[in-house]
Amino acid sequence: MRRNPVVSEVSDLLVPAILLFGLYVQFHGDFGPGGGFQAGVIFAVGIILYALIHGLEKTRKSIPDNILYVCMALGLLLFAGTGLISMFLDGEFLNYSVLGKTPLAGQHLGILLIELGIGITVAAVLITLFYAFAGRRNK
Amino acid sequence: MILEHLPILQVAIPLVLAPLCLLLRNSRLAWVIALVGSLWAFACAVLLLTRVLNNGPLEYALGGWEAPWGIALRIDLTGCFILLLTGLIASLVIFWAKQSVENEIRRDQINLFYCMYLLCLTGILGIIATGDAFNVFVFLEISSLSSYTMIAMGRDRRALTSSFHYLVMGTIGATFILIAIGMLYMMTGTLNMADLAERLPPLRDTTTVRAAFAFLTVGLSLKVALLPLHQWLPDAYTFAPSAVSAFLAGTSTKVALYVLLRFFFTVFGVDFVFTDLRLDVILLPLSILAIFVASIIAVFQEDVKRMLAYSSLAQIGYMTLGIALVNTSGLTATLVHMFNHALIKGGLFMAIGGLCLRIGSTRFAVLKGVGRAMPWTMGAIVVGGCGLIGVPLTAGFVSKWYLVIAAIENGAWVVVVAIVLASLIAVVYVWRTVETLYFNDAEQDTSLKEAPLAMLIPTWLMVILVVWAGIDTGMTVGIAERAALALIGNSP
Repeated sequence: MRRNPVVSEVSDLLVPAILLFGLYVQFHGDFGPGGGFQAGVIFAVGIILYALIHGLEKTRKSIPDNILYVCMALGLLLFAGTGLISMFLDGEFLNYSVLGKTPLAGQHLGILLIELGIGITVAAVLITLFYAFAGRRNK
Repeated sequence: MILEHLPILQVAIPLVLAPLCLLLRNSRLAWVIALVGSLWAFACAVLLLTRVLNNGPLEYALGGWEAPWGIALRIDLTGCFILLLTGLIASLVIFWAKQSVENEIRRDQINLFYCMYLLCLTGILGIIATGDAFNVFVFLEISSLSSYTMIAMGRDRRALTSSFHYLVMGTIGATFILIAIGMLYMMTGTLNMADLAERLPPLRDTTTVRAAFAFLTVGLSLKVALLPLHQWLPDAYTFAPSAVSAFLAGTSTKVALYVLLRFFFTVFGVDFVFTDLRLDVILLPLSILAIFVASIIAVFQEDVKRMLAYSSLAQIGYMTLGIALVNTSGLTATLVHMFNHALIKGGLFMAIGGLCLRIGSTRFAVLKGVGRAMPWTMGAIVVGGCGLIGVPLTAGFVSKWYLVIAAIENGAWVVVVAIVLASLIAVVYVWRTVETLYFNDAEQDTSLKEAPLAMLIPTWLMVILVVWAGIDTGMTVGIAERAALALIGNSP
């Protein structure tokens, strides 16, 4: 597929749009349909499309496994960390209201952080899964 | 401040520590982190237990949203009892596991193993603490998915197929549980367990609620590994790394059983489950079948870990038997046996793990006569084996004693005879192990050494607890009796 100019040109056009759409779903998720999981999946799909067209090695060079491991852990830490911070600010675990000056601002900030954590972890896990399956050699 | 947040902190701290194992790619550090997480869980369980014993059940509203709308955590006495069990087993196993894991798991995967261990612990603690039916499913999946991964890390390539087998069966079970929860939600519009218990009675004659109950029972029985649904368990325990066998044997099936108890007694209610639907009519024969069939299969195994796995199935039969007798003594017996069996099986798997470290196999043919070179490990196996049989002064005797009392209260003399007969079969397989390990002539070279001290100490701590729980029953039976009374008494 790599040699087919139509496929590679069209996908090169699409990949940035898909990534951008992923970010839109991520950060607009509190006003419209969307959220961390969906955004993570869309973002990962963009990367996977790139890998299908340009090959696994090239993708691995720009997004190495190590970065993905770190992202997986960081996403979860962001999620749990937000919960713990709200506890230190005298609320319950995951009570976002205490995060901002007003409860409304707090809720807004809280859900953004939580969904960002989910988005990062989901995207990293899906790309890692793709790497694991695509990188498997017949022995 | 920390005290009031304890119900969530005991789940959240292992959850935060798990990704740290992934980030700090150092196997030694990962072990320390896992140890800290497990000890934290144990400390929290002790604190929670003292609070619940004094003040009654604890409630915690996640995110500050009150119970029926938000997700609530609810920890009652039964929950505390199982939390204590999980924390204890997790701490002792992880303390023991360092060398065993280094020996059995690929070097670059050790930190990932500890990450999974902590996630599995998080899932189990979450299942126990939550008061929300959907949350049970989520945490059940967290603990199951991490168990599949840990089992697949076994030293044998067959670990992969057994893990995949468990994955398929476990996912079917989880799907059934999810379908049931969906049906309950459709009928009542709530997911909070206490709220469900209030709204279900008027709806209990509807087909949907009955179907939900059926799906839930079958799904959870798969996770518990009750006899006809047990196929995944023997392979999973045999080919998993020793540390995983010890941890899962002590915790995972017990927690699934706890969820079963919780749904039977606090959500659906004794009347619905045992008077209307007569579940005991199915559960009692299945339990007795489990005890006999699994014990007899255990006698003929060629691998000591596989034998212990089948013996676990039989012991699960004892636990469900206690539920099927539907009285306070029976329920006490179930709870006590969950605790005692976790100690006994945990100790045995740890001792066998010591053998595996020195010899590299758990097949009887290879293990002939090795007990003479490893007297302390051998001693632990003998005491643990006595516990399995139910010899007086060990923990196994106490739980069987209460089970017999419960059967006599119901006038079920057949059950009494069955319990005694099954114990005799246990004598056969335990004796076979002792004979092979100690009395057969060794084929191994004479350079065989005793297991390292760092593994012997936790193993023997577990064994001492087995004996202690057999002599001083104040702690285990005392709490279990109160918990059983609360379960039956508070039932709607």
